[in-house]
Amino acid sequence: MAKILMKGNEAIAAAAIKGGCKYFFGYPITPQNELPEYMARELHKTGGCFVQAESEVAAINMVYGAAGAGARVMTSSSSPGIALKQEGISYIAGAELPCVIVNISRGGPGLGGIQPAQSDYFQNTRGGGNGDYRLLVYAPATLQEAVDLTMEAFDAADFYRNPVVISADGMIGQMMEPIEFKEAPKRELLPKDWATIGTKGQREPNIINSLALDPAELEKHNIHLKEKYDLMEKNEVRYELYNMENAELVIVAYGTTSRIVKNAIAAMKEEGIHVGLIRPITLWPFPMKAFDAIPETTKALLSVEMSMGQMIDDVKIANEGKLPVHFYGRSGGMIPTPDGIVESVKKVLGGEK
Amino acid sequence: MSVVFQRTNGLTQKSTHYCPGCTHGIIHRLVGEVLEELGVLGEAIGIAPVGCSVLAYDYFNCDMQEAAHGRAPAVATGVKRVYKDKTVFTYQGDGDLASIGAAEIVHAAHRGEKITTIFVNNAIYGMTGGQMAPTTLIGQKATTAPFGRDQAHSGMPLKVSEMLATIDGAVFVERVSVNTPANIRKAKKAIKKAFEVQIEGKGFGIVEVLSTCPTNWGLSPIEALKWLEENMMPYYPLGNFRTPEEVK
Amino acid sequence: MAKAKGKVAFKEDLCKGCELCTTVCPVKIVKMDRTRINIKGYHPATVDEMNKCIGCGNCATMCPDLVITVEREMEK
Repeated sequence: MAKILMKGNEAIAAAAIKGGCKYFFGYPITPQNELPEYMARELHKTGGCFVQAESEVAAINMVYGAAGAGARVMTSSSSPGIALKQEGISYIAGAELPCVIVNISRGGPGLGGIQPAQSDYFQNTRGGGNGDYRLLVYAPATLQEAVDLTMEAFDAADFYRNPVVISADGMIGQMMEPIEFKEAPKRELLPKDWATIGTKGQREPNIINSLALDPAELEKHNIHLKEKYDLMEKNEVRYELYNMENAELVIVAYGTTSRIVKNAIAAMKEEGIHVGLIRPITLWPFPMKAFDAIPETTKALLSVEMSMGQMIDDVKIANEGKLPVHFYGRSGGMIPTPDGIVESVKKVLGGEK
Repeated sequence: MSVVFQRTNGLTQKSTHYCPGCTHGIIHRLVGEVLEELGVLGEAIGIAPVGCSVLAYDYFNCDMQEAAHGRAPAVATGVKRVYKDKTVFTYQGDGDLASIGAAEIVHAAHRGEKITTIFVNNAIYGMTGGQMAPTTLIGQKATTAPFGRDQAHSGMPLKVSEMLATIDGAVFVERVSVNTPANIRKAKKAIKKAFEVQIEGKGFGIVEVLSTCPTNWGLSPIEALKWLEENMMPYYPLGNFRTPEEVK
Repeated sequence: MAKAKGKVAFKEDLCKGCELCTTVCPVKIVKMDRTRINIKGYHPATVDEMNKCIGCGNCATMCPDLVITVEREMEK
């Protein structure tokens, strides 16, 4: 299929429909509005529907209902809106319902700003919802990757009966790039015999629920969830290694930031400084094993983020205390520049030497 | 002799957790009977709330979803938009519907969601131990209104049926009570009508059922029914507030 | 006028002893059995003078716990 030029938010929406999404519930918030607007125009053609909810809280609970009825369903929002969805996300994870949640993140805290940011790393990977739950979090760096991951996300959600998050900053949402809708790899999925579609008087009622008043029962449920998350950690980790050979320093960066880092790496190469990149594609499960690929030449790690430092916590966990871990970041909608990254690398290496 | 009254198949065999004399049991039965009589039990999906009737999913003999507090109308919207031909209902108390879920119920009505809501108003938070609800009456004591509800401090009790009747999408709105056998029979008729307007695709239907909470009101079940009659019914008048014929 | 004859049966172990059924019987035959305690720990509702029952169903309509089944026969 030929490549077409699309805006990020619309490309993700189009990919979701190709991934089988039939229902979308959302509430307007910048900078993701083109996504629900695309759904409002296109989703009815699939026989499904788009509903503009009265709030993000209502939207995520509509997702709960539709997912509980066995449908492929999605919602999207941006940082403060995702904060409002946390209640529903926890219930959806607890009730083991599949769905896809897109976070086109902007600067925070609070109302923050409307420019791109990665300060929702904690929100996406740790979540603001209550209880022991995890979300599979994809962090695309290009529109093509956003499209590919979105198309796969619905199968992944169904496979694990768990929410999947597409974590993209406002830059991914707003930029235009050529994309291609490729055939997504398919998973072997079980029938949704747990869905509430009416008993027809032929079976016992199905119940979608996250309540377990008996502590022994709830612990058993949490152990079951943990086993599922363990399986995700085993099978779903994705990352890219870039220019790792003889790297004096390895940068860890994801999403838009990783693209800027690649430019900085090219610039430093010309100066004879070898810098590698670990690019997590799944933020959770975090690619711990990628850090095994760090060469012996590496003297330090540098976490580069569009935040005041959030992923750096996972970088430190993955590093296991082996190398010094430094941070460079911009926040509030300010974008790291290649020059800023180069300067930060030089400062670290100067200090290490 | 022939059996004229027996347990409906609309409810499961489970014994409820409700306190002695709690009228939730009556209202559950009416909903179960209506689902059975309309022949939609096998096509029904119910949404349970948070509150005393949180375990309603164990009692209705149909597919059920348990919603977050107040969100049942949103969850029901999600289900109904996927299955337009199924019968979807929410069962909610006054804290769930009139307080934390006020936005969700108003907008489900506003969109004219083709769902049915059974709203149980007993003027108090039961499950959490007798706190003030939006529907608690002036002067009525609650654990968070220990001197009785004061208008200057907490406003007047919320009249949900009257409020929802101003919304075009709410095509059937009726307030009933379950304090006497005659009123229980009327309540069942209203509940049936609220399901029929859904099945006929006319819009949103809600029945507000005045109910008791003997435990948290500190009254015997018999005294509680008397209290309902003397205090709730004058402030919350029974009657129909909206029928499909009135809606353009 | 035809006189109805009825019969009520109590699933005693479902009874929570709330007494609501006793207040709505037009012939006042539904009573709490103070001599016994059911599996839930309540004095269950019962009827002694079943021959007076008219099978109106009021007790079952009022019962929150689905304790009561009602039968009725119309006398010619």
